[in-house]
Amino acid sequence: MDKQKRIRRMVFTIALVSVLMFGFGFALVPLYDAFCKVTGLNGKTSNEASLVSKGGVDETRMITVQFVTSVNESMPWVFKAKIFQIQLHPGEMKRVDFYAKNISDHIMTAQAVPSVTPGQAAVYLKKTECFCFTQQTLKPGESIDMPVIFHIDRDLPKDIHTITLSYTMFDTASIGVNKTDVVKGGLA
Amino acid sequence: MNRFKAFIVRWVFSTNHKDIGTLYMWFSLVMFLTGGVLALLFRMELFQPGLQFMQPDFFNQLITMHGLIMVFGAVMPAFTGLANWMLPMMIGAPDMAMPRMNNLSFWILPCAFGILISTFFLSGPAPNFGWTFYAPLSTTYGPESTDFFIFAVHLMGISSIMGAINVIVTVLNLRAPGMTLMKMPLFCWTWLITAFLLIAVMPVLAGAVTMMLTDRHFGTSFFNAAGGGDPLLFQHVFWFFGHPEVYIMILPAFGVVSHIIPTFSRKKLFGYEFMVFATLAIALLSFIVWAHHMFVSGLPLTGALFFMYATMLISVPTGIKVFNWVATMYKGSLSFETPMLFSIAFVFLFTFGGFSGLMLSMAPADYQYHDSYFVVAHFHYVLVPGAIFSLFAAVYFWLPKWCGNMYNERLGQWHFWLSAIFVNITFFPMHFLGLAGMPRRIPDYALQFTDFNMLATFGALFFGLTQLIFVYNIIVTIRRGKKATSQVWESAEGLEWTVPSPAPYHTFDIPPVIK
Repeated sequence: MDKQKRIRRMVFTIALVSVLMFGFGFALVPLYDAFCKVTGLNGKTSNEASLVSKGGVDETRMITVQFVTSVNESMPWVFKAKIFQIQLHPGEMKRVDFYAKNISDHIMTAQAVPSVTPGQAAVYLKKTECFCFTQQTLKPGESIDMPVIFHIDRDLPKDIHTITLSYTMFDTASIGVNKTDVVKGGLA
Repeated sequence: MNRFKAFIVRWVFSTNHKDIGTLYMWFSLVMFLTGGVLALLFRMELFQPGLQFMQPDFFNQLITMHGLIMVFGAVMPAFTGLANWMLPMMIGAPDMAMPRMNNLSFWILPCAFGILISTFFLSGPAPNFGWTFYAPLSTTYGPESTDFFIFAVHLMGISSIMGAINVIVTVLNLRAPGMTLMKMPLFCWTWLITAFLLIAVMPVLAGAVTMMLTDRHFGTSFFNAAGGGDPLLFQHVFWFFGHPEVYIMILPAFGVVSHIIPTFSRKKLFGYEFMVFATLAIALLSFIVWAHHMFVSGLPLTGALFFMYATMLISVPTGIKVFNWVATMYKGSLSFETPMLFSIAFVFLFTFGGFSGLMLSMAPADYQYHDSYFVVAHFHYVLVPGAIFSLFAAVYFWLPKWCGNMYNERLGQWHFWLSAIFVNITFFPMHFLGLAGMPRRIPDYALQFTDFNMLATFGALFFGLTQLIFVYNIIVTIRRGKKATSQVWESAEGLEWTVPSPAPYHTFDIPPVIK
């Protein structure tokens, strides 16, 4: 009888462990995000606006920043950087404009997702303002100029001379939920 | 009608560990043949460059189902079947600890695979994203049948977890008096550790497919960059499950071979304690190496180095095992019955597959090998002459105990030699194809790959036909055949050989005493 009780307790313990491991599968999501944020893995940049640069400009170094744009899955938008690359000193603020135009015949809402190469540089690219913080809604034929204001942190490792900032424009309809009501900027 | 009812009551409602073990074994044999037929279909397409028999989408469905059926339908249930049959007899227990749960965990499986295979016969494509079902192939672009796949994987996961709970509880509680953990046969040890791996990672797989399900239907964006998710996250979650999974498929094989080699070498297993701790070490290391499947996905340098060295480290405990098997054979009085032949081939060819694994573990070299036929060659070497050969060995070794009749040794030898020859003709050329740059998962290929592909298809066809000898031999052995003694093999050791052959329906109702 006593053995039966012990067995039952053991079964419940192991079943509980497997339930916890199911939860751990989901816990991997925030863990992964935190890990990416710390290490810059996968070129993820912060999704929050950062403060203006501190500590002045480091004029001993010149960094080249390149801009790459693409639309996901032949989405009917034109999406371009107005300038393809700039040079700046670490700590120096720059503004770069991007251009988007809806060439479809219906209203569309888009979300731009940034990525930085090399990944280690991602945490040093500080954006004070970015169109990727919000979603953009455009009527058919409508176009928009969208600014990115950013600086490179002075602590950027010395061996990095060129940073590529890439934006991919996603149609929010593709994720099933159109969050136009939470759009902070743009036309919603 | 009454006979039918009796049949149902006998098999469907049975909670006897031997019945359930038998069901598992037959089920996995059927799945092994099904998965094999799918493989032959796409090998047929790959016989020549160009598209002869099928469209690329159907080709993709075939490779996806082949992988899923072989991993979850053939190898895993076969080892669970062996565990059901042998664990209670090896530790002197009357049955598994939870017989009803045991019945449930088996009968879930045919349902899961019924659901999965039904997708071939429904309108629209079957799952076509490879057995690794990377997002967004399986989320944004997955066919409608993906939802069938998701629920099938949920069911398989539940079945495996219940099976694992049963193994752990049985081994930890029902051992005969006097059988301490370190006196336990090695198959029990490897299965105990496998069961812990299953408990740890099958729920993570269930989590991954659940995230896929909510991404597909409930507006979440776990793996969708547009909604703030990350498709790369899928690969991390999947391989966190996927790497321990490959040890789930091979650790019980280590256990099987550790029984057979000493028996036919007429010596004790060399270094029992080292075998136990090496198994444990492999299991622990398996949790920290998953990203070696993702070297080309852009890992930071320190990450790539860590996963590279951790992966190479696994070859140390694995090497201990291989050396111990060889040392067991050293100066033994060897005889070469079919189970021994398959075990020796296992040691030799599994080690070979391990070496190509070491080549793949080097991050810079992996940039060339990644996603090529070299990878296909590697994992088929560890799974076919690895896991599957050990299963053949186990069946020949314990079949006389199961059914009371001796199998036909001559047919067994034919089965072994033809399998050993054709498995190499099938998979060895794939190394060269991969090194020459042929990508995996393509229905059509460049002309210069033709010769080796023809050779591989030729080998696959005859490897498949050879398995019919195996099926015939099993059926004939069960129906008639020389009666086996209870000892069966001259120097076999363990409690399972102390009971008569065939093993009575109930064994060890009174636990034996271990000295």
